[in-house]
Amino acid sequence: MPVTFTVNGKSTTVDVPAEMPLLWVLRDVLNLHGTKYGCGTGQCGACTVHLRGRAVRACQTPVSNVAGAAVVTIEGLSPDGSHPLQKAWMDLDVPECGYCQAGQIMAAAALLAQRPTPTDADIDTAMNTNLCRCGTYIRIRQGIHQAVRSVAEDSEVSK
Amino acid sequence: MSSTLTLPVVDRRSFLKVTALAGGGFMIASYLDPLDVLAQGRGGNQAPLNPNAFVSIDANGIATIIAKNPEIGQGVKVMLPMLIAEELDIEWKDVRIEQGDLNPAKYGVQSAGGSTATPSNWVPMRQMGAAARHMLIAAAAQAWGVPASEITTTPGRLVHAGSNRSAGYGQFATAAAAMPAPVLADLTLKDAKDYRIIGKPIPGVDNFKIVTGQPLFGSDVKLPGMLYAVYQRCPVIRGKAISANLDEIKAMPGVTHAFIVPDSHGGGSMSGVAVVANSWWLAENARKKLQVTWDNGITASDSSAAFSARAVQLSKEAPHSTSRNDGDVEAALASAAKVVEAHYEYPFLAHAPMEPPNATAVFDAAKGTLEVWAGTQQPGGVVNTMATAVGINPDQVTVHLPRMGGSFGRRLYNDYVVETAVIAKTVGAPVQLRWSREDEMRHEVFRPAGYHFLKGGVDASGQLVAWRNHFVSFSVAGAPTTNAQGQPQGPTPAPSSTLSPTEFPSRFVPNFATHVSLMPLGVNTGAHRAPGSCALSFVMQSFLDELAHAAGKDPVQFRLDLLARTPIAVQGGGGGFNAERMTGVLKMVAEKSGWGKRPLPDGTGMGVAFHFSHSGYVAEVAEVHVDANKRIRVNKVWVASDVGRQIVNPLNAESQVHSAVMDGMSQLMLELTVDGGRIIQGNFDSYPILRMRQAPPAIEAHFLTSDNNPTGLGEPPMPPIIPAISNAIFAATGTRVRSLPLSKHGFSWR
Repeated sequence: MPVTFTVNGKSTTVDVPAEMPLLWVLRDVLNLHGTKYGCGTGQCGACTVHLRGRAVRACQTPVSNVAGAAVVTIEGLSPDGSHPLQKAWMDLDVPECGYCQAGQIMAAAALLAQRPTPTDADIDTAMNTNLCRCGTYIRIRQGIHQAVRSVAEDSEVSK
Repeated sequence: MSSTLTLPVVDRRSFLKVTALAGGGFMIASYLDPLDVLAQGRGGNQAPLNPNAFVSIDANGIATIIAKNPEIGQGVKVMLPMLIAEELDIEWKDVRIEQGDLNPAKYGVQSAGGSTATPSNWVPMRQMGAAARHMLIAAAAQAWGVPASEITTTPGRLVHAGSNRSAGYGQFATAAAAMPAPVLADLTLKDAKDYRIIGKPIPGVDNFKIVTGQPLFGSDVKLPGMLYAVYQRCPVIRGKAISANLDEIKAMPGVTHAFIVPDSHGGGSMSGVAVVANSWWLAENARKKLQVTWDNGITASDSSAAFSARAVQLSKEAPHSTSRNDGDVEAALASAAKVVEAHYEYPFLAHAPMEPPNATAVFDAAKGTLEVWAGTQQPGGVVNTMATAVGINPDQVTVHLPRMGGSFGRRLYNDYVVETAVIAKTVGAPVQLRWSREDEMRHEVFRPAGYHFLKGGVDASGQLVAWRNHFVSFSVAGAPTTNAQGQPQGPTPAPSSTLSPTEFPSRFVPNFATHVSLMPLGVNTGAHRAPGSCALSFVMQSFLDELAHAAGKDPVQFRLDLLARTPIAVQGGGGGFNAERMTGVLKMVAEKSGWGKRPLPDGTGMGVAFHFSHSGYVAEVAEVHVDANKRIRVNKVWVASDVGRQIVNPLNAESQVHSAVMDGMSQLMLELTVDGGRIIQGNFDSYPILRMRQAPPAIEAHFLTSDNNPTGLGEPPMPPIIPAISNAIFAATGTRVRSLPLSKHGFSWR
């Protein structure tokens, strides 16, 4: 079944079964490998992408659900790795193995879009469904706070 | 990552090989001296070259360092080049790091595991950098007509102060290729106070690719015309596929191939059914319709419940063997002022790396070649197995080493790599085999369960006088009962299931016995992140805590008193355990955590534990709150580690400590249940890895520097956290946890 949607700003049409999860359309059909498979059951968050601006599990999203919608993956979060979260992640050396981090960053980006200055409790709630087997949780929290600070400082400078 | 890996010799003689680069500049490689290899009896008739580092410097002064070992998230891809760059004396920004493919002829042993990278590379990598610098100096000395001893370096530059001349490394990089190579042992290495790179926080070199989602991992490999495979093994571990509804599967959407692999092809690979399709999801979908007739084999009777029951029964019988027996433990127990008896046990576990096992392979029948992309900790081990499996020469096998999405020891085993090669040969097109999460969890190389039946005694003054452990563990079911010479031999212990006779508190208790009994086990066991140490630390440090409380002593003081004793001398020095170093970290963690100095609210307790593993000394304190519903919150963890005189990369060292604490916390709630030779759990719903909300808000990582060569940190901080938390639960609630997971006792994370 042909399905047309937008991925990272580009209109895309794929001809795949309607129930094929967005994760596998991204990875195996569109060759966007930043979105990862970790569990296939929506429990680990490695496949987190933005659908209509909200964080969703791509492994639990049939491609038919994204028809006409805008999808953003880690590859499209910023043109050059300059999103405040990406910069904070590099600066604080958040990744260990790095496999879950695309999902972590996409979940954090969706959180910041909704709550630009989250508390630790907000972070724990929003990020609790994203597993990190290396246990980088402390630096993930720090990374989100640092991104918030850098945005605040930038807006301070531009005033 | 098992404790059975042997550390390479650190201070070995090496020699250098220098090559001029085509575009200008030079490359040097260091090799283990073949005569030295022969002298140590490690070579065959022909001594192998064993290069251990590669560095090249081009005409622009850029140094390229090959990261030869696989990266699993432990930070080795930064750490080893840091050692070279320090002695080369170059700016870190002028260093490029490339991941080397598998090439034993070129790079020698390439592996990750056992926290060995730091100790085995600390000297040779710095020597490499110093050798390259030495040759650049020699080239400049010749060109300038001055003695080499008068030339110094500033980062990336050669300087002759007397004639006020200086030049970038690039200018002499080509001439350096013609200079005689120095004798590595004669090079003077920098004094630690002059370090500019070692000891500085340096982030991971792949971070940009990671945060922008660029292809990096094994499962990101995509080749033209590539197909995707799933592989259904027998649910009963080690069972074999007899027949299947292959025609029905082949008719399903997207499916290109479906076939039975009747037997193992070695390397831990198993019989199974391969389903290949033009997307992984279609292959996985087709697998759901698969109906297979299996031959269940010898593991079909394995069950966790039966093992537990059998262990209790064995504990009441005479042990199969006694590995240590100091003093008179029975008499000492009989005369002790207080005696504590306890039964400890822990379950089977999976590695569960975030990226499930996968590999990609192309078999070219016409050329007789096999090209493989595989995240593996031991790439060298799989080449011969794959070559035999597909019927080609080992030298026709190429292996590329993509980054691994975690491993924790899982990818020391190459079963999935061999299976990929076999599937690729049958399919005749590029193919990627990806295990599902359920495949991974149910076809693991498991951390073995274990059962300890302990009795300990303290005297009237509160000193530990007697310790007896009847350890019930596993042997390999179906292992040969005779050796190669045909003589009868005893049971083969299951990998990672043993208890060293010198494991602490052995040698520190005058009356001490370790008895062992074994049960045959069908499922595979093996290396994890400190598998034996995490299990044994839980048992030993928890039971020590019980004895401290029975003695009416403070748990830290009780341990300090024990460490202050003169250990019983044993051949081999008791596994290298140094009580002074452990005393140092124990005192440090007590001080940093304010042990015994801070009033704690009701329901809050602090627990302490220490453990020696992989040459590292680590003591930890956990502060834990337990509410009325038995929900646990870990408020804070303090970690004190002694891994020698130098932390190479403090940024990564802190990561490894955080990671070890979180991994240990996961273990407190995890269990794999074997039933009928099958694993019941299959995904993160039933195997609950620690989540963000459960993670402690703070972990303090302290390092005690001691005058010892630096050693690894991937594993040592993990074992102590498990008993530190269970001991804290006792302090908070009075409930002693003697078996894991904690959920068995009604505890949950908050």
